[in-house]
Amino acid sequence: MRFAFTEDQLLFRDAVRELLVKECPPEHVRAAWDNDRSHSPEIWAALAGMGVVGLTAPESAGGMGLGELDLVLLLEETGRVALPEPLVETGAVAIPLLGEVEADVAAVWLARAAAGDAIVATSFDNSLVLDADVCDVLLAFERNRIALVDARHIDLERQASIDGARHLFEARWAAKDASVLADGATAGELTSRAFDRGALGTAAQLIGLAERLLAVTVEYVQEREQFGAPIGSFQAIKHHLADALLAVEFAKPLVHRAAYSVAFHLATSSRDVSMAKAAASDASLTVARHALQCHGAIAYTVEYDLHMWMKRVWALAGAWGDAPWHRRRVAERVLGPDPAD
Amino acid sequence: MDLTWSRAEQAFRDECRTWLVEHVPTEPLPSGDTRDGFFQHVEWEKQLFDARWSVVSWPREYGGRDASLWEWLIFEEEYYRAGAPQRVTQNGIFLLAPTLFEFGSHEQKERFLPRMAAADDLWCQGWSEPNAGSDLAGIKSRAWRDDEFGGWRVTGQKTWTTRGAFCNWLFGLFRTDLEAERHRGLTYLLVPLDAPGVTVRGVGRLDGDEGFAEVFFEDVFVPDDCVLGDTNQGWGVAMATTSSERGLTLRSPGRFTAVVDRLVDLARRTGADRDPRWRDAITKAWIDAEAYRLYTLADVTSLVEGQSPGARSSLNKLWWSELDVRIHELALELLGPMAELAPHAGRAVDRGAWMKGFQFALAGPIYAGTNEIQRNVVAERVLGLPRK
Repeated sequence: MRFAFTEDQLLFRDAVRELLVKECPPEHVRAAWDNDRSHSPEIWAALAGMGVVGLTAPESAGGMGLGELDLVLLLEETGRVALPEPLVETGAVAIPLLGEVEADVAAVWLARAAAGDAIVATSFDNSLVLDADVCDVLLAFERNRIALVDARHIDLERQASIDGARHLFEARWAAKDASVLADGATAGELTSRAFDRGALGTAAQLIGLAERLLAVTVEYVQEREQFGAPIGSFQAIKHHLADALLAVEFAKPLVHRAAYSVAFHLATSSRDVSMAKAAASDASLTVARHALQCHGAIAYTVEYDLHMWMKRVWALAGAWGDAPWHRRRVAERVLGPDPAD
Repeated sequence: MDLTWSRAEQAFRDECRTWLVEHVPTEPLPSGDTRDGFFQHVEWEKQLFDARWSVVSWPREYGGRDASLWEWLIFEEEYYRAGAPQRVTQNGIFLLAPTLFEFGSHEQKERFLPRMAAADDLWCQGWSEPNAGSDLAGIKSRAWRDDEFGGWRVTGQKTWTTRGAFCNWLFGLFRTDLEAERHRGLTYLLVPLDAPGVTVRGVGRLDGDEGFAEVFFEDVFVPDDCVLGDTNQGWGVAMATTSSERGLTLRSPGRFTAVVDRLVDLARRTGADRDPRWRDAITKAWIDAEAYRLYTLADVTSLVEGQSPGARSSLNKLWWSELDVRIHELALELLGPMAELAPHAGRAVDRGAWMKGFQFALAGPIYAGTNEIQRNVVAERVLGLPRK
């Protein structure tokens, strides 16, 4: 028994943190709100260069042959800086899936994606597609079918998110333009695994975001003075922030355990991912609420950065299944089948 | 990361489980916070001791098994899963013992630990006073130097002393230097409750049991060999104990994973498992218990690798104490009008254990330092917010 990361995993995380702090400061996220595209080819290339994008691709495909346990801490870092890139979609979901199917076309896209030369967007049962405008190919998970659609064949309609750095699209394509990678029971199984990886990656990003919100707030309440003292010396503020820390600290082990379960294909993977996403969604919403309250009116403006992280939390808390949705999945394991189904 | 148990740990679990299945009383004992119940629990403790299960993590020479922290967690999981009796010895074995191991002289360890393990001595904690609760450093009970007899003479009062009316020893803090600043000038004393000058008065608790006591000291002689740690250094010695109390030794995760499983069972019996609202709430509690189990695995990993949890143990206390209240509130909602039935009522579900457990859970956010104090500790010592 050892519930901790290895020295190497922590060092890799530190290196990625250092890169992201430099390359993705708040001004970069703010620019993603204003620009037509949120994607930055420079940051993507830097991440690919460090091996982050192709982390889970086999070495034969140009990847690092690592797994979810190695990826989870890196995704926390991308959440911490609110990185406006489809890294969960391409790195956590598409790349492992492309390595799991036999089709030749999958191998081609896998190598390109792992090298950082292609962005793969994802869609589950016609969900909105993140960064579809910059993707090279779309990986579509449909009922009992998984298909690849070349970006040239996709019609897009922007669906604005309250998080201006998340560029979402309604995507349509003709059936003839989709190359099927898997169907039937195999597709069902692969889809379920792919969805779990997306939910896990998003849970990790929420943990990073929550920690960022808390850190920024801890800093703020030590500077802000009222009644002649830093507001951080008041018990009411202390209790808000203690509650925020409590929420994150007890969500984190669930996320790390889910990464372990997925990495080792444990039978409890889906349940564990759902516990992680439910807890991470709830915890980050809680932290965002405390962060706003402790800042007061300054955080109720769009001039101050905090709103960008809060809005990312609100978006990701609902993406890939919100907390009640995931608890329903856990309930089936804990209490038996849902009578409503 | 490796979340599997070794073969040796698995074998240890099997051994615990087998013994517990064979020995846990099939009829639950009366509450250990009543006089009759207490002494039945002491008999159970002696049974545990005879089979070397009373203090598994202690060295063999004192009656333990030299079990690792991992094995201790396994033992606790199995203990609560088996529905075994509450540990009326807990204040001694979980709170005083870690302090004795750290600060006690060789003679003190030899004298006190084996008798504690065997439940021959029963220990209560003398922290709170009528005017010193959360503000523990405000204690006023005094000890005067008695050079003639080589010891201290204690006068004052302790209160909310759990099971104080049934125990024969008390460990606590007493003011030995009136001139010193609040936190200094305190000494950690081990006081025999049968000494002349001690009066113990039981106080009925919220749940009706006589579990509390007020302890009065009138010129009570405490010899020098009953001083734990150095004179006037009691605060530091006591803090080592409160850190164990808030942290995992007092309320291990096994207790909560077992009680949420019982909640699931209650949901099946009441039909709540088919109602989406209950399903969500119960699942949330179940996940919260699992979060505590995993948090503890991470904590134990750091402990084993030489790091100390320090002020993080306050987070731990906040989590389990508030989780315990949520679980029991939910159970009472599932029971509806049956929730109010007392243990001896004919139609009481599970012998009224949920209401009893609820009332006990309500003490959690108060004892071992109120949760308001814990939140201050977290904010100041973990997050680094200014004290003033």
